[in-house]
Amino acid sequence: MSEDSVVSSEHGMFGVGGTGDTSGFGGLQRLAVPVLESQRPFGGDFDEVVDALEEAYPQFGDAIERVVVDRGELTLHIVPAKIAEVCQVMRDDMALRYELLSSVSGVDYLGTDERRLHVAYQLTSMTYRRRIRLECAVTAQDPHLPSVTNIYPTADWQERETYDMFGIIFDGHPNLTRILMPDDWEGHPQRKDYPLGGVPVEYKGAEIPPPDQRRTYR
Amino acid sequence: MGLEEKLPGGVLLTTVQGLVNWTRKASFWPATFGLACCAIEMMATGAARYDTGRFGMEVFRASPRQADLMIVAGRVSQKMAPVLRQIYDQMPEPKWVLSMGVCASSGGMFNNYAIVQGVDHIVPVDMYLPGCPPRPEMLLDAILKLHDKIMHQPLGAKGEKMLAEKEARQGKPVVAPGAMPSSYFYNKKLRAEWEQAVAEGREEQLRISKWMERRTHA
Amino acid sequence: MSYAPERETTEGRVFTVTGGDWADVVGAHDPVHDERIVVNMGPQHPSTHGVLRLVLELEGETVTDCRLVVGYLHTGIEKNLEYRNWTQGSTFVTRMDYLAPIFNETGYSLAVEKLLGIVEQIPDRATTIRVMMMELNRISSHLVWLATTGMELGALSMMIYGFREREFILDIFEMITGLRMNMAYVRPGGVAQDVPAEAIKKIKEFLGFMPKRLNEYEDLLSGQPIWLARTKGVAVLDVTGCLALGITGPVLRSAGLGWDLRKTMPYCGYETYQFDVPTSDDADVWGRYQVRLNEMRESLKIIQQCLDRLRPGAIMVEDKKIAWPAQLAMGVDGLGNSLEHIAKIMGQSMESLIHHFKLVTEGFRVPAGQVYVQIEAPRGELGVHAVSDGGTRPYRVHYREPSFVNLQAIPAMAEGGLLADVIAGGASLDPVMGGCDR
Repeated sequence: MSEDSVVSSEHGMFGVGGTGDTSGFGGLQRLAVPVLESQRPFGGDFDEVVDALEEAYPQFGDAIERVVVDRGELTLHIVPAKIAEVCQVMRDDMALRYELLSSVSGVDYLGTDERRLHVAYQLTSMTYRRRIRLECAVTAQDPHLPSVTNIYPTADWQERETYDMFGIIFDGHPNLTRILMPDDWEGHPQRKDYPLGGVPVEYKGAEIPPPDQRRTYR
Repeated sequence: MGLEEKLPGGVLLTTVQGLVNWTRKASFWPATFGLACCAIEMMATGAARYDTGRFGMEVFRASPRQADLMIVAGRVSQKMAPVLRQIYDQMPEPKWVLSMGVCASSGGMFNNYAIVQGVDHIVPVDMYLPGCPPRPEMLLDAILKLHDKIMHQPLGAKGEKMLAEKEARQGKPVVAPGAMPSSYFYNKKLRAEWEQAVAEGREEQLRISKWMERRTHA
Repeated sequence: MSYAPERETTEGRVFTVTGGDWADVVGAHDPVHDERIVVNMGPQHPSTHGVLRLVLELEGETVTDCRLVVGYLHTGIEKNLEYRNWTQGSTFVTRMDYLAPIFNETGYSLAVEKLLGIVEQIPDRATTIRVMMMELNRISSHLVWLATTGMELGALSMMIYGFREREFILDIFEMITGLRMNMAYVRPGGVAQDVPAEAIKKIKEFLGFMPKRLNEYEDLLSGQPIWLARTKGVAVLDVTGCLALGITGPVLRSAGLGWDLRKTMPYCGYETYQFDVPTSDDADVWGRYQVRLNEMRESLKIIQQCLDRLRPGAIMVEDKKIAWPAQLAMGVDGLGNSLEHIAKIMGQSMESLIHHFKLVTEGFRVPAGQVYVQIEAPRGELGVHAVSDGGTRPYRVHYREPSFVNLQAIPAMAEGGLLADVIAGGASLDPVMGGCDR
């Protein structure tokens, strides 16, 4: 692993200094995640799926940024503004029929990607027993993309969770509020620049200092 | 005084403090405060095999107004913390708190933004119970230790004064109330051994050597 | 608006919890001229299966509006995973859905193995043990469902029986893994330790008496008028509703669609086992009860087949760059490894000791990329989205928890029904808040 691929590194949550950090927290290095792109033929029935989408969706060329086939999984990187349209086609076209939106989740590629916040949609076709992943990337300054709740109502809570944890704003969502954290929480905890711990306790009258000040394993 | 000799047979004399404390410990009503994994073990403790009904606490009260023991069973999140305190405030005096499992006691392995690092930041805790999750036997042990603690609790300001005087006269008891494992406490021979060991400062060695004698393992 | 405003009383400072639309809902309400009642249920409530909070609007006994507030058990496990190495991840994920720890671990291990590209190298014995443990876990999870749902619907004895049989399964788990719950037994590359012979004996005993016990449960509940009245036609959700809301697992199967990932997208060699997928056309609480009872029977069949095909062999991948030593034993003082095992590690060679040390403290590297793996947990599709940056720790792991997704169905089931049926409907989803909030 070359040194220049290290994007960031964190040290000693427990105040462990020098070498020999066995706390497991210190020395956390994040590496640059390589950008993949696959060319035809994709293999398996992936060509069939991409062809079907190309046929059913005329703006295919504008909407799809790149296609990745990795570890037997197909990922389509979609232009954020087009995600709802693509999902509509994915659900309704007879050759695609992705009836179930299994999961919506965020990933923060801080330091690797200009548009660091990614949203991954895992779609399942119960008819053809296929899976596909759609991925959108937005910037932290303008984290907007259309909501897919009109197409897949199940996205409701999952988009709320993604908003809560990553601060990605889904335009058109009926009730985009925090879901897991308290209503008046500040910040989006699962972003990479948010600290793991050491957050003062929300409850008034009790103050919990950050762990590195509270106990040390020196 | 000689009053005892004039009593008919079958009458037992005790102090008011002893009587009151006995009634308190003998019908301990816990509030249902299950949070996470520990709650399942707490339910298992209440069910047929471990049967907390033997100790007068088979009724888990749904309303905090009717409960005098709060078993905080599981990780307390920042969002739950104010709720927990509110429920504690609703419980009538006298009340006790048993912090079940490492998450409730210290945050445990979840040293992060979401979990309060120990429920003692929010409510006073009378008994800490380690384990992840603690076995039902361990919960029973903690409850029995708490019983012991309650039995030695001074009643009112006068009681506290009397206790202070007694301690000034005789010194503190060798084993602090609630510090002895219940399996030793309720066996006369073992109890003497434990007291001896505490006086010599080797109670942990005693525990380990007894454990090795049993050789339940391979 | 602050989340918990405080005020001073004679007894000290008192906090009042707000949030989750409560103020808006109550504020729009005129208590004098309105028949409408707003009820807050939870997060501390005996029949919400954990710290779930419901804000209910009622017209008399009828629920007109139902809002859910979750997150009271949000533990930040996904973030914590990013700070620990890949093997330590098992220990974290097992605590998500605490009634189905083996499923969390297996899902995670399958994802890591897929990222590593060692899916083909997992020994048969390890896979068979995983399947056996998963099915035992499915039964224990369904038993807790039956026990708690029975309790909530007024059949208190069911709780005692459900927990009694579950204790037996936990004894088996303890024999195999050393722990009753949260075992971190399934690890990337295989399982932590081999199944001892006594455990096999105990499983056989379990297979012997369990079918009879399942019949007893049916005798106890199925014909009982109260049970029928509280389950039949209650909290109906049809296939269309289920698919739109992303509901999977027994709830979807109770609506008539036999979608079970063990059959439709097999993993761990489930395609080689003989079993049926129980379904029902009722789409109500009764249907879900029937499906879960029959699923336990099918799980027993699978466990029997696992026992038949359990052959001696490795339980961890060959590759020593990944495999943790899997012969962990307990020392005489009840702590750590046995002296023989330590002597063996220390006595082999300096290189292997260093290798062992590096593997345990630093962990193995996982090639960069992302995968999504799904398995059929007791509550539905459990999906693991794992991303690696090529380092020794996960870059991001997201769990698609069936409890979280399924809970969205409560408003659809409850609105228009009676207040008491909210409990039945919610219980029939079998939500586990630890899984929901993670």
